[in-house]
Amino acid sequence: MRASDLLHPRPEGLYCPPGDFFIDPVRPVDRALVTHGHSDHARSGHRSVLATQQTLDIMGLRYGDDFAGTTQAARLGETIALDGVNVSFHPAGHVLGSAQISVEHQGMRIVASGDYKRRRDATCAPFEPIRCDVFITEATFGLPVFRHPPDTDEIGRLLKSAAQFPERSHLVGAYALGKAQRVMRLLRDAGYDKPLYIHGALARLSEYYQSQGIDLGILEPATVDGGKDDFTGAIVVGPPSAFADRWARRFPDPISCFASGWMRIRQRAKQGGVELPLIISDHADWDELTTTIKQTGAEEIWVTHGREEALVRWCELEGIAARPLHLVGYEDEGD
Amino acid sequence: MNRFAELLDRLVLTPSRNGKLTLLVDYFRTVEDPDRGLALAAITGDLTIAAVKPAMLRMLVTERMDPVLFGYSYDYVGDLAETVSLVWPQTPGNIPNREPTLGEVVAKLQAASRSDGPKVLAGLLDSAGISARFAIIKLVTGGLRIGVSARLAKQALADFGKLDVAEIEELWHGLSPPYMALFAWLEGKAEKPRNTAMALFRPVMLSNPVGDGDLEKLDPGDYAAEWKWDGIRVQAVAEGGIRRLYSRTGDDVSGAFPDLADAMHFSATLDGELLVGDPREATGTFSDLQQRLNRKTVTPKMQQQHPAFMRCYDLLQLGDEDLRALPFRERRGRLEAFVKTLDPSRFDLSPFVAFADWQVLEDLRRAPPHPIIEGVMLKRWDSPYVAGRPKGPWFKWKRDPHTVDAVLMYAQRGHGKRSSFYSDYTFGVWSGAEGEEELVPVGKAYFGFTDEELKQIDKYVRDNTVERFGPVRSVRADRDNGLVLEVAFEGLNRSTRHKSGVAMRFPRISRLRWDKPANEADRIETLQALLDR
Repeated sequence: MRASDLLHPRPEGLYCPPGDFFIDPVRPVDRALVTHGHSDHARSGHRSVLATQQTLDIMGLRYGDDFAGTTQAARLGETIALDGVNVSFHPAGHVLGSAQISVEHQGMRIVASGDYKRRRDATCAPFEPIRCDVFITEATFGLPVFRHPPDTDEIGRLLKSAAQFPERSHLVGAYALGKAQRVMRLLRDAGYDKPLYIHGALARLSEYYQSQGIDLGILEPATVDGGKDDFTGAIVVGPPSAFADRWARRFPDPISCFASGWMRIRQRAKQGGVELPLIISDHADWDELTTTIKQTGAEEIWVTHGREEALVRWCELEGIAARPLHLVGYEDEGD
Repeated sequence: MNRFAELLDRLVLTPSRNGKLTLLVDYFRTVEDPDRGLALAAITGDLTIAAVKPAMLRMLVTERMDPVLFGYSYDYVGDLAETVSLVWPQTPGNIPNREPTLGEVVAKLQAASRSDGPKVLAGLLDSAGISARFAIIKLVTGGLRIGVSARLAKQALADFGKLDVAEIEELWHGLSPPYMALFAWLEGKAEKPRNTAMALFRPVMLSNPVGDGDLEKLDPGDYAAEWKWDGIRVQAVAEGGIRRLYSRTGDDVSGAFPDLADAMHFSATLDGELLVGDPREATGTFSDLQQRLNRKTVTPKMQQQHPAFMRCYDLLQLGDEDLRALPFRERRGRLEAFVKTLDPSRFDLSPFVAFADWQVLEDLRRAPPHPIIEGVMLKRWDSPYVAGRPKGPWFKWKRDPHTVDAVLMYAQRGHGKRSSFYSDYTFGVWSGAEGEEELVPVGKAYFGFTDEELKQIDKYVRDNTVERFGPVRSVRADRDNGLVLEVAFEGLNRSTRHKSGVAMRFPRISRLRWDKPANEADRIETLQALLDR
């Protein structure tokens, strides 16, 4: 069978005709397989959802317990037959609960990686390369300019700045699921043991991470009433959008920081008014993308959400068949 | 090299002056010689390294990677130095024990001949990480563009050594990179470096604005008055055959005014205003003077059209005699005699303004006789010439600012304390025929309002946003809707860079005109009339 008979894009998402399911559909469908809990991949309103337990938990936290008709938890590495199609979930190293989905039928195996990274991350299980015939890779940072530095160096810069400017507060913009908890955990691993202050949007997810055995230390709400009224010297973590908002006015002369792979590009930092860019990403950088493609041994690469053209070009130069897979509905700002 | 690279990265994104000073002082404190001195020289523009052309850089990188992938990368990033620093491939099998220091990088670059320059550069890029590569490329392509002036760097040195910046300025031109003797002194490990160089800068004396009620306490008889000329304050120093023109912050600007420098046949230090024209006939306007500013080279034609001359205020040194401790009255007498000996087409004396009481001076101040006069100066007859801005001996009493009613067009988020406020405003005035009026931007202002007014404007911006581009919001502004701002400014320059053809000097918001309909804001012709005066 041809690979495109096993999986191909439909407006709802990536569809598997013999198994009659979608992977990360952006519209409500009968049967959805979900790679991870970010809202552009995990939507509510499907009749049934198959995902890792942690992804199901996260969807429940975000959308309420009735986010789907029925749910089924996939254990990592376990094979599940869906109308004769064998599917299995494998860690993707992106955020807590994130998984690649392997789809196998009549001797053809396609791995849809969802979003992934290869760096060590204490808040989720590490990516495992799966040998396959077709590998579907993301390309959020699919340009040779994206080379993420060690995350410990970036946290080191944040702590240095906190020491240099003790009279100010540091506001760290980080996405509420995954990045925020990773940044907090990195701060703890670097020996920062003062309370961290968090925006309300982070509270439930961070609590969930802690319940899963990921120690983030003491997290205090960054509220004025009933909480701390002086944020001098504090490190505050919140969603990036909040820092442009009136919410941020409670902090003394804040230094705005943003933890994202996009911060590699100076102009991006400048345009966003970011004073201390922290290049910390939950997506694979260029070197990780190209290494992973080789490790899967895949003869064909499908490239999706991001800068497809450069990665397709690289595959051509390496003699690997590659094409962009045009999926709609995923955010370019996937970091 | 990494610490220097990190410093550059932080400086370029830190908008506040105090933040920049903290970063610089910290760097001077933690980095050893000669690296800190070389970094200082790179920032002040005193580091000489043979330049590498962008085309050469591009060639070096495309020899090492697929040109198509480089093209995609460059298109995305938009800055050549940054792109090359990011995509430069690590050479396999060439892993250095450590990254080079700034001192090592500068030494290698300075030792390279023209022909082996590119090879040396490539070798350095191979040995460095991403941020160090960016810093190396910035050093060889010239111009760090990090928003730090030489003046700010000197202020950081002063903060580091807990001194007045005037002490640094006075020494500066006798020093050279990597400034080891200077740092040793600043750290208290050595004596103040002795300055043996000729024609050095003497820190200038500045004035305070006349505040409310200041004059009532002063006796007019204690003060001399002069016009406040709106040119460039300069210091002309000639000694031992060396001639220099310094800006008021001690930058050497002689290169831009060779015509004036050539006329300095004396051994003295003069304080005065640089203007254009012929002092015996007519003084040029600020627009004329502008033709001579910010130029790397000056054509003979330019020098002929707008000759530079100096209107002298003070005499600080004559031959070997330092006059700065003498009272102004005495220095002025010496100055009058001295100016008579100079080329009258290049030097004249700043005339006194006669006045009996403050009211007479007030009337003169409001209606000065020449467009390039921006007010009057008051100088105590008995004041010695001291560096800095002492309160009392000298006052500036400026003409009232011009004002215009303009409409708010764009608002940008501020930084630091203002990062959650839309606090930088671009405003425009009406242009075009009746019925087809449109707003043309004429300036940008980010101060002049109270904290309470800032909150009100911020709310207005949020409630009336039409479009967003990053941190900038476009605000509803048409004939029927819009916030009118009364903008005060010191003067108007002709501008080819702005669509409106004018550029304001020191614009600030003087009043919020919530009461005024947008269509009653001023028209561009009102501003153009000011230009032609």
